[in-house]
Amino acid sequence: MTLQADVIIVGAGHAGAACAIALRQGKFEGGILVIGAEPELPYERPPLSKEYLAGSKAFERLLIRPEGFWAERDIAFRLGATVVAVDPTAQTVQTDDGALIGYRRLVWATGGAPRMLSCGGHHLAGVHTVRTRADADRMMTELPDVEHVVVIGGGYIGLEAAAVLTKLGKKVVLLEALDRVLARVAGEPLSRFFEAEHRAHGVDVRLGVAVDSILGENKVTGVQLKDGEVLKADMVIVGIGIIPAVAPLLAAGAAGGNGVLVDSHCRTTLPNIFAIGDCALHANRFAEGAQIRLESVQNANDQAVVAAKAILGQPADYDATPWFWSNQYDLKLQTVGLSTGYDQTVVRGDIATRSFSLIYLKNGRVIALDCVNAIKDYVQGRKLVIEGAVVEADRLADPTTPLKDLAD
Amino acid sequence: MPKLIVVTREGDEREVEGEAGLSVMEVIRDNGFEELLALCGGCCSCATCHVHVDPAFTDRLPPMSADENDLLDSSAHRDETSRLSCQLPFSAALDGLKVRIAEDD
Repeated sequence: MTLQADVIIVGAGHAGAACAIALRQGKFEGGILVIGAEPELPYERPPLSKEYLAGSKAFERLLIRPEGFWAERDIAFRLGATVVAVDPTAQTVQTDDGALIGYRRLVWATGGAPRMLSCGGHHLAGVHTVRTRADADRMMTELPDVEHVVVIGGGYIGLEAAAVLTKLGKKVVLLEALDRVLARVAGEPLSRFFEAEHRAHGVDVRLGVAVDSILGENKVTGVQLKDGEVLKADMVIVGIGIIPAVAPLLAAGAAGGNGVLVDSHCRTTLPNIFAIGDCALHANRFAEGAQIRLESVQNANDQAVVAAKAILGQPADYDATPWFWSNQYDLKLQTVGLSTGYDQTVVRGDIATRSFSLIYLKNGRVIALDCVNAIKDYVQGRKLVIEGAVVEADRLADPTTPLKDLAD
Repeated sequence: MPKLIVVTREGDEREVEGEAGLSVMEVIRDNGFEELLALCGGCCSCATCHVHVDPAFTDRLPPMSADENDLLDSSAHRDETSRLSCQLPFSAALDGLKVRIAEDD
């Protein structure tokens, strides 16, 4: 073995990039090697289902930092390579392009791979997931010849893709297995609002439907539902979540399952190995200490800083407030806190005005807000979430009282 | 290309060139100032590209939207010179613009 680095970061997404930057900001002087599965330097993923897919933002503008930045800070990249094995005793990683590389500290920031369909036809040309630039580029290459699109999955990715493709003039059908969109992440009033907005923009939203198979010879031509109906499709987009890419770490003995388990300093149960971002299963105080994975830029960035601080010998607990955004049509959705486990929701404002907030409570305490075209609520509600404020529902519901006046 | 003068949190001042058509945020980011996070990528969804703008240029900047105004309220370091740099299109008219990266919140 000739290759080695003081810190190897596996994964060149938001988390990996932020960790490398934070190490250098903290005056870390050792060698840093980032191993990335994709050929690109770190770039922003959220626009892949928004401005980039719409063709309104070129790839170069998505780069988290320009090429020269990394070289100036002596941050090395091995791109187009995947780590297939970790030896925590020898402190080495093995890549699929044949390298065995030693580390003193390893930061696992691999995110996840899109969950695929398992039904017949799922491998046909024209069936897409949206996770990487290559995914988006393949879709954009096909789009000129596409009239009918079926989107499978009514989560954020599916809804954002449906919004962009509808604006591009495609006929879009969106299929959701549950009885409402955003069912896993939002309360019913928000689900119904987005469902109505997509329908108003021409999306054929189908709820409670199950896919039987994808139809086509070499290329997709349709989607058959379990009830026998066949939907015409020149393109299928599958947005049904991700599977955390942690198999090599689990095989090496790290605790985990749905992700790799980390402590408040983003340490895994293996020595000198950290995990951050979408793949890190962590106890989150905004989920009452429950072990969760958070798929967001916020979590990627903040956990990256926590891991960097631990490596720098200045450990700090991960305690960041979760936030998230999604843009669809002219709607800006912003979320603060985690709504998981809520027992009450309050609508603040008039949904019909397309500017309102959905406030989530648990045991009378504010735990999260989903704000639609309501940035003021998003900004001012943050404090309520951090404090776990106890506020009467009718006061939260009154949009004439600023949320900042309701905080302690 | 028009020039942008960037002052870091430590007070270091550097003049960089910026392509017209990019946002001031993109010009700062692309010139390697790592302390500007710009986490949302410039879609006016966070406030991590907060800068203080030299008052001499205030009149040449586009007016602040309600969204930008509300987001800036999330910063404890907001003052009358505060702007979100992603909301400032860079151009020849802003040649010589001086901005200071806002304090960490």
